[in-house]
Amino acid sequence: MRRRTGLLFATPALLLFAVFVLYPMVTAFSYAFFHWQGTTRGEFAGTANFETLFTRAPFTTDLPRALLHNVLFFAGTMLFQNTIGLSIAALLHARHRSRRLLQTLYAMPYLVSPIVIGYLWTLLLSPTFGPVNTLLTSIGLEEWALPWLGDPTTALWVVILVSVWQWIGFPVLLYGAALGGVPEELTEAARVDGASHRQTFFRITLPLLIPAIGTVTVLTFIFAMEAFALPYAFGGSTGNPAGATDFVSLLFYRTAFDSGATDAIGSSSALATLLFVIIFGGAFAATAVLRRHERRITA
Amino acid sequence: MTTLLAPTRPPTAVTSAPPPPSRRQQRAVGGIGASVLLWTYAAFALVPLLLMVSSSFRSNADLITDPLGAPWPLSIAAYEQAWTVGNFATYFANSLMVTVGAVTLSTAVATMAAYALARARSRLFRWLEFLFLSGLMLPIHLAILPIFFLFDGMGLIDSRLGLALMYAASGVPFSIFVLTTFFRQLPEELEEAAALDGASSWQTFWRIMVPLVRPALATVAVFRFVPIWNDFLFPLVLLRREEKYTLPVGLTTFFGEHAADYSAIFAGLVITTVPLIVLFLLATKQIVAGLTAGMAK
Repeated sequence: MRRRTGLLFATPALLLFAVFVLYPMVTAFSYAFFHWQGTTRGEFAGTANFETLFTRAPFTTDLPRALLHNVLFFAGTMLFQNTIGLSIAALLHARHRSRRLLQTLYAMPYLVSPIVIGYLWTLLLSPTFGPVNTLLTSIGLEEWALPWLGDPTTALWVVILVSVWQWIGFPVLLYGAALGGVPEELTEAARVDGASHRQTFFRITLPLLIPAIGTVTVLTFIFAMEAFALPYAFGGSTGNPAGATDFVSLLFYRTAFDSGATDAIGSSSALATLLFVIIFGGAFAATAVLRRHERRITA
Repeated sequence: MTTLLAPTRPPTAVTSAPPPPSRRQQRAVGGIGASVLLWTYAAFALVPLLLMVSSSFRSNADLITDPLGAPWPLSIAAYEQAWTVGNFATYFANSLMVTVGAVTLSTAVATMAAYALARARSRLFRWLEFLFLSGLMLPIHLAILPIFFLFDGMGLIDSRLGLALMYAASGVPFSIFVLTTFFRQLPEELEEAAALDGASSWQTFWRIMVPLVRPALATVAVFRFVPIWNDFLFPLVLLRREEKYTLPVGLTTFFGEHAADYSAIFAGLVITTVPLIVLFLLATKQIVAGLTAGMAK
């Protein structure tokens, strides 16, 4: 293909991409380094906007709390979604009957919008008519029929576990594909040598799954740091009750569009930049560690 | 990320001989426990969604007195309520327009660009490809402020067209990523033959290459449809008036104003979800059909 023809073919996509993705992405960072008065950009601010995040209310209280919630979201998702996901994938791998059907069923909830999922579980967990508490009461577990979303100590865990419930199909599919790539000769050989099921899994299969586990870890990290729609559906933009379901993206949204502060653009852009650095830094570090490990396996 | 959704079936499932009897027995024993676990979990994944559907067909009074009762007699009052009073007819039309528009535009420009990237040899195109693919990793939601001001300057605030353009642009990297791979697999002799027969570049592309990547087009369109349909932040920030709202934002409005009208909320949740389920069922068939049609030749 001639160069000129090629360029003609590529131009519409390039134009769209440059105007609506590249340009905003690049300017997003620059916003954080200027003083702002409403929507008017002032002088170069250096790191002043970033200092605001660590010195001024409400950031001094809200930011550490929101960040902690993001980290707990990541930890909780790793702990529940990926362990349960791996167990299910391993069980599925050992059978052929209705494997596809089951995979599809597990994947159903993640087709659904996080907003829908959030409202659905808000209704299901409602203390007045929620089926969950009705069920708990009817099987004699009255003391478990709690106001799950009204209580700050349980609300965050509801958000985390509902997210786990929604996305479990993803690690099931990913680990399923990875298990399919483990050479059968290796596990067979281990079994012939007298290794138990458990030993074969933990000594042979699991180490070979580390690249897949790493991929899931990185994607989970990015996902957990960006959490927005699901907590918004559960607790609104302020992370009700009492900030118990607040996350960094909610704080960013409040600062940018709800706070009314004159320098809202500067401080919220600094917050977005900080989040971007955390996401990229975390993902980059994890990938680097992973690469080194992979080299050790193949060497 | 979505490319990972199609798991490769392990080759052993097709090629290996049936396992020796002793092992099969062993498997069957562990198999019952495993089956119970797997199907129990499947129920756990599905029951909340089924409850959503069944609750939407019951009256409010029914829901409050007996949350777990059967949806009998079927009542569609909640749907009438949501569709007309709750404005879901408007939200639904908006979501459909924005999503279909964005997916169509994004797939069209990405297909052309992917073809150029797969076939042009100059170094400029390697650089362009890198540029597009870097977009796969950009968390575009973090650029919402500059996007807001960009839209403000272009008069695109509170505009469905603006929202569709935004989504189309954000889908370009993924679509190019998938389609370039597909175009690279097609033999270049096809184009050489077409050129000998006097076809122009555009005719070759449109009449010969595009029909050959049709299964990939379906895949790209389906995988882009879902996140756009479900997206929440962009319409929340970029749309102002209720008559422009898409379903996720309309849903938050309805939930805020009719918090006690449980069955109508359930109906709204179902209305928002059903198109995705339908699309998924239809598209699975289409993608499989496309793939097998290619194999039969």
